Amino acid sequence: MSVMYKEDAEVLEGLSSQLAMRTLPRLGTLYSALIGAALAAVLVVLTPAAGIAGSLVIWYLMYLLVQSVWSFRIEGRRFAVDRLATTLVWTAFLIALSALVWILISVTIRGLSAFSWDFLTGTMRNVSPLREGGGLAHALVGTLLQVGMAAAIAVPLSILVAIYLVEYGRGKLATLVTFFVDVMTGVPSIVAGLFIYTFWVLTFGFERSGFAASLALTILMIPVIVRSTEEMLKIVPNDLREASYALGVPKWKTIVRIVIPTAFGGIVTGVMLSIARVAGETAPLLLTTFLSQSMNPNLFTGAQASVPTFIWDQISSGTPASIDRAWAGALVLIIVVVMFYALARLVAKLTAPARQ
Amino acid sequence: MSPDLKPLDAPSGVQGSKVRLGDRIFSNLTRGAGIFVLLIMASIGAFLVWKAVPAFQNNTGDFFTTQQWFPDADPPIFGIAALAFGTAISSVIAMLIAVPIAIGTALFIAFFSSRKASTSLGFVIDVLAAVPSIIYGLWGLQVLMNHMDGITKWLNDYLGFIPLFNNEIGIYTKSIFIASVVLAIMILPTISALSREVFLQVPRDHREASLALGATRWEMIRMAVLPFSRPGIISATMLGLGRALGETIAVALILSAAFEINWHITEPGGNTFAANIALKWNEAGPIGLSALIASGLILFIITLVVNMIARAIIAKHKEFSGANS
Repeated sequence: MSVMYKEDAEVLEGLSSQLAMRTLPRLGTLYSALIGAALAAVLVVLTPAAGIAGSLVIWYLMYLLVQSVWSFRIEGRRFAVDRLATTLVWTAFLIALSALVWILISVTIRGLSAFSWDFLTGTMRNVSPLREGGGLAHALVGTLLQVGMAAAIAVPLSILVAIYLVEYGRGKLATLVTFFVDVMTGVPSIVAGLFIYTFWVLTFGFERSGFAASLALTILMIPVIVRSTEEMLKIVPNDLREASYALGVPKWKTIVRIVIPTAFGGIVTGVMLSIARVAGETAPLLLTTFLSQSMNPNLFTGAQASVPTFIWDQISSGTPASIDRAWAGALVLIIVVVMFYALARLVAKLTAPARQ
Repeated sequence: MSPDLKPLDAPSGVQGSKVRLGDRIFSNLTRGAGIFVLLIMASIGAFLVWKAVPAFQNNTGDFFTTQQWFPDADPPIFGIAALAFGTAISSVIAMLIAVPIAIGTALFIAFFSSRKASTSLGFVIDVLAAVPSIIYGLWGLQVLMNHMDGITKWLNDYLGFIPLFNNEIGIYTKSIFIASVVLAIMILPTISALSREVFLQVPRDHREASLALGATRWEMIRMAVLPFSRPGIISATMLGLGRALGETIAVALILSAAFEINWHITEPGGNTFAANIALKWNEAGPIGLSALIASGLILFIITLVVNMIARAIIAKHKEFSGANS
């Protein structure tokens, strides 16, 4: 057991006060905010400022100023910069978050005010834009059919492409396909609609229909599913493939019976996410379908509504009743999208391999 | 991931070099699907060019410098000058607003929040990215526009000497500026999600080494994180730009379409390639359709170039930046 002499203790204390950095007090942020508020109040009183929002901005700037100057005096330049950067990063995050919250709250509040059971089961048949009531059952059916058909085409095709890229693709062709799948993710949705219109309607002479819309959505889905499936196939362990080959199983059968089932959960998740992505697409549907106000369960003939084009139509009508319907439609659309998102997460969770 | 981690090829048949029939069919099927995707991309270009020809043949104005849009008049006269201007300026302003906020948000989620919060915040950003554009448009038109008067008036009063913010008619709704703000909110999650992914790829050793040398958190970000992820951030920004350029519905709902180049972006007016197609589609005659397709072709080419640059940057830096999305 050592005995601490008085002199030693003094030396140690001196050392530690030299080593330990002088920092702002623990509540420095709060003090800066308060001093900033005082300065801002003086400024606002002295100069005619632009309302509450303007005063808040001035307060924020004063806060930054006070904190930086104070920190610079006490902690030095490096730590002052660190504090400034931290505050700015927080600010950026809070701005982004408040935008999201603002949008979601608007949609929920204004959507709920026009929402009812009848809104889900009724159609717009014989409902004048001026009148309240009506519903979007016809649009829900349309969206379900169009997105379902798009998925029916896009899923097998995209999975085959992903299999090609992961299991077979070597050399120039594979590089080219990878590159253009990536580029395809950036094709604007309206261009997809334009293409299907020129191809399906102008060249082959079919009418605008729900099916044409499905084709446009297919183009938007393909790159998303290919990318996600590719990632999933890549993480299937090679041991599984080798064990299968060692038993004399042909490569194609190994892929179909071993690789795909192993990656199945991940593939389904990717498909769900791509559905969530395209279910809200409006632009391509405006070009490839005619909007109907009543139920049309036929994808191939006649006008067919969908939830996004329903909202577009209600906004275009512009009456108070139809704007209410647009908000209720927006609420339904967000619920549909979030549902597919949640479903995707659920599938991912359920099928995730057990961690060791 | 090391480059040779691709799955092994199966030995091609034990007896001799004959490939099994099933294998041949299956591999050709998948290769066919790959080629089909290339075919789609090629035919998007080809069909748009083909169907745009009548517009180019009948146009009596210069396609690139004319601001008017009367393709169905006799004689047809139209051009994309106003559309190109509106698309460019709204996207640029949207980027100026969105990029700093998006990168800040990504930094926050990656380095300033706890690990647990980080995952759920990532999910929140993903949800923001999944909100359909028609909802952004509806919100911009019905909610945001009512709250923008203050800031646009302030810009006019105090920065009005800059032509961009000058507003001579005193009406502040349905302007390019409001459309740009909505666009910024829309592309924010895209840029943010990609940047965050890139930040998470920065090797832990680099970050910890810099902290161990006494760097503050910001110095760690500036010296270890940002240099490493610069190509990733640039490509994330380009992908966001691609989305802003091609955004249709939100812009179409907010702008009051006008076919003139107006630098006063807080005044009503303005138009973009994509919004113009959606707005004019159902009233267009044969030449009108063809003209809209021609403008869509230009949009397609622009977004293609932007995306290709972004992808090329990623591909070039793949070895040290694993931004693989």
